Amino acid sequence: MTGAEPKVTLDLALASGLTGEEYDRIIRRLGREPTFTELGLFSALWSEHCAYKHSRIFLRGLPTAGPAVLQGPGENAGIVDLGGDLALTFKIESHNHPSFIEPFQGAATGVGGILRDIFTMGARPIAVLDSLRFGPAEDPRSRRLIEGVVSGISWYGNCFGVPNLGGEVNFAPEYAGNPLVNAMAVGLVSKSRIFRARAEGPGNPVFYVGAKTGRDGIHGATMASATFDEGAEERRPTVQVGDPFTEKLLLEACLEAMETGAVLGIQDMGAAGLACACSEMPARAGTGMEVELSRVPQRETGMTPYEIMLSESQERMLLVAARGREEEVRRVFAKWELDAVEIGRVTDDGMLRVRTNGAVVAEVPVAALTDEAPVYAKATTRPGWQDGLAAFDPLTLPVPADCSEALLTLLGSPAIASKAWVYRQYDQQVGINTLVMPGSDAGILRIRGTRKAVALTTDCNARFVYLDPRAGAAMAVAEAARNLAVSGARPLAVTDCLNFGSPERPEILWQFKEAVAGIAEACRALDIPVVGGNVSFYNETLGQAILPTPVIGMAGLIDEAESRRTQWFEQEGDRIALLGPSAVSLGGSELLWVLHAKMAGLLAPLDLQQERRVHEACRAAIAAGLVRSAHDCSEGGLAVALAESCVSGPRPVGAAVEMDDDGARIDLVLFGEGPSRLVVSVRPEAERHFERLMGEFALPWRWLGRVGGEGLVARRGGVTVLWVPLDRLDHAWRHGFERHVA
Amino acid sequence: MNFGVVVFPGTWSDCDFHYVISEVLRQPVRYVWHRDRQLDDFDCLILPGGFSYGDYLRAGAVAGRSPVVEALPEFMAKGGLVLGSCNGFQILCEAKLLPGALMRNECLQYRCQSTHLRVENAETPFTRLMRPGQILKMPISHGEGKFYADAETLRRLRDQKQIVFRYCAEDGRVVKDANPNGSLDNIAGVINEEGTVLGLMPHPERASENAMGGTDGLLIFHSLLGSLVEDGSFLKR
Repeated sequence: MTGAEPKVTLDLALASGLTGEEYDRIIRRLGREPTFTELGLFSALWSEHCAYKHSRIFLRGLPTAGPAVLQGPGENAGIVDLGGDLALTFKIESHNHPSFIEPFQGAATGVGGILRDIFTMGARPIAVLDSLRFGPAEDPRSRRLIEGVVSGISWYGNCFGVPNLGGEVNFAPEYAGNPLVNAMAVGLVSKSRIFRARAEGPGNPVFYVGAKTGRDGIHGATMASATFDEGAEERRPTVQVGDPFTEKLLLEACLEAMETGAVLGIQDMGAAGLACACSEMPARAGTGMEVELSRVPQRETGMTPYEIMLSESQERMLLVAARGREEEVRRVFAKWELDAVEIGRVTDDGMLRVRTNGAVVAEVPVAALTDEAPVYAKATTRPGWQDGLAAFDPLTLPVPADCSEALLTLLGSPAIASKAWVYRQYDQQVGINTLVMPGSDAGILRIRGTRKAVALTTDCNARFVYLDPRAGAAMAVAEAARNLAVSGARPLAVTDCLNFGSPERPEILWQFKEAVAGIAEACRALDIPVVGGNVSFYNETLGQAILPTPVIGMAGLIDEAESRRTQWFEQEGDRIALLGPSAVSLGGSELLWVLHAKMAGLLAPLDLQQERRVHEACRAAIAAGLVRSAHDCSEGGLAVALAESCVSGPRPVGAAVEMDDDGARIDLVLFGEGPSRLVVSVRPEAERHFERLMGEFALPWRWLGRVGGEGLVARRGGVTVLWVPLDRLDHAWRHGFERHVA
Repeated sequence: MNFGVVVFPGTWSDCDFHYVISEVLRQPVRYVWHRDRQLDDFDCLILPGGFSYGDYLRAGAVAGRSPVVEALPEFMAKGGLVLGSCNGFQILCEAKLLPGALMRNECLQYRCQSTHLRVENAETPFTRLMRPGQILKMPISHGEGKFYADAETLRRLRDQKQIVFRYCAEDGRVVKDANPNGSLDNIAGVINEEGTVLGLMPHPERASENAMGGTDGLLIFHSLLGSLVEDGSFLKR
């Protein structure tokens, strides 16, 4: 062992994020004090970010199996079967903490990291989506973050050459000190050429490929496993710096090297860098690994073994090649002008052995770093605030004086208004497969060489999750599945990004437990497995936790790409129908928030079996060619869904509808929110066929009115309750986001 | 007609052009690596979009000095045609094979959106199937597409009909509102004096199938195919 390293003490262990108990456990496992480098390995691998130590026991409840699942959680990304030789791989990941500290690079490297997870599987990335949350749009600090985050995503994704297919942008005061940047990437892979992050075959060479290692991002994983205090911005050096150009070269080189057959396993060096890759790869294969750090390409001088192992420099991969075929790997990377250096080999002794110029600086069983990482079953407590929230009755508030004005206010609110300001900065078409660009309920890509298409969405209404974590999280799954159903797609699988506060607080852990249970319930009822995801805890600044935000990323399959649908009305004279129940609530609604700045009340009930029938009925109507448009009815309720269908297409078109005259308050009828609801426009010649089809699915539905006219008009019992001319609808929706944000 | 699609480190429209030429147009096409100087097999070379060399220094600056670009004058002298789209246009300007320069968008943001183009010169090998004044729909996707030239160059471009496409409204009016990046005179595409090199910021390959929202981009390819006469040389304008 080298003598130049600091002496390892309990204080040092505590300072690096480990607990005293964890430190004792390390000493017991090793039978000695760890070296400084070993302490670094443990602090990174046992961080919440890498070890999922607070979440693991809850995640076990998620359904992960299904007939189409080729790879579930535990690898770089999940994989589902698309039929034939094709499979889809996708995953969502958070980059919240780095994006708060340095929004541009934080968001950019978030995109870079998730793209590497996709192409390590042997896939070519075909899409990214982004789910973003910020503090109030009017707050200048939020604007700085939005501009930085969006331009970071734009820079990285555009330069890399992957289309952006959608996502979400939402706002709440709880995100002011802790914005969320969740990036989802999707790739297409040949089933016969799937790569996994395993270090198979003792004696095989281990290659370091890609960018050189610097001191950036050291202890990023540990940073992501702590809450922020006032000194957060001083942690800028823990944020990585991205280079999308190198990533693009790395993509081409990796895919080309994989083609040669010389690559056996490959893992991205993301969180915890070499430390993570060098222990997880052998752990998955039941092998060991030896590496010599003096061979690691470095762009700074004098880096210590600790720094080299923990650096989170971007655009790097660790790959295991077949012995004797090293030259084939080197040749491909040389063509793309990237480093490919043999830094070690796979061993059979289950140890991670790290050397510097021959001297051993760390020697740890890989299992101790990975499988044996602590798992906690910490206490959970239902927060005291839940009862107060549930007790509030929104109907004690006055009815808006003018529902037409209320609709315009909602349409122009930054959460609902058009997000074109965001996505026009993203390339949406590179690869020329984009059938539906951002701006409808789901983004849709064709799968060349087939008649199929893939639909993609991310969803989460965090207010609902806050008010009722279990039901709210189930509703996020239901909404994602609905967004696919209205596009004509059948859900294939979920990837989830679970953003929460500190799990060391029993109330937060209760939110987490309930939310995961809700996701599990909904996924079981709708038959959608979870194939991967990410947990992001410690989203707190100065004790203020974010709203619990389990973002659901979902991919679905459309058998006939031609049958896909979008959310906007197309043809005057088409008949409008509402599928789903009439039960809605203003609890947690957009109206309550936008008009009254209040987040409270009870959610409308969720009946997952009915939800499923609504999706099936919608898909059947789309497949039969009866429906010209279909749109999920969510934030802002029925009035907003109708207005969006009027103005979000290439050509604004009006609509006239008749509301149920059941005596309910008009604001509840127009703006109340509830699950399992969607609005379709039916071709006039298909009305009878549509009625018969709906009858077969045993679900509540009703005709609402017709497409056409100079604006959106709603009547009830012969009285006009809402009337807004098209140009006002269009203006409010089209410019609302910019008015608040830019 | 033999097409070559040039690949620089960081190019990403290469696969898209290759796909349109081989699958939509059913024409022979091969990739050309940026180090290649041997271009005799090709009738038309395409410099596609992307971020060659990461746009480092300036968009197209490094690629504009690469071996394949150095070999272009000889290729053109032998009768070859060159089409540069997006980053390809930037590279051709950097290499001084086209006049003017492409600067950061006036809005200072990247723009990916649909645009309308007015055909200003329909007498080039790239546009001969179009009508003068015809309006085409083609998407753009760039952060540095603001065309600039000094007054003398602009006058020459106008006099010699080297302005081939200008951004316009859906009805053909060339107005400021229709200019997505602040280009001088709404210029979207220019051709060299000899009529052998066309550069444009929009992406014709993304407008080559109905499923992608339109086929106006195909007019460029079909013009090229119609311009090749039997002896392998191109019809001059």
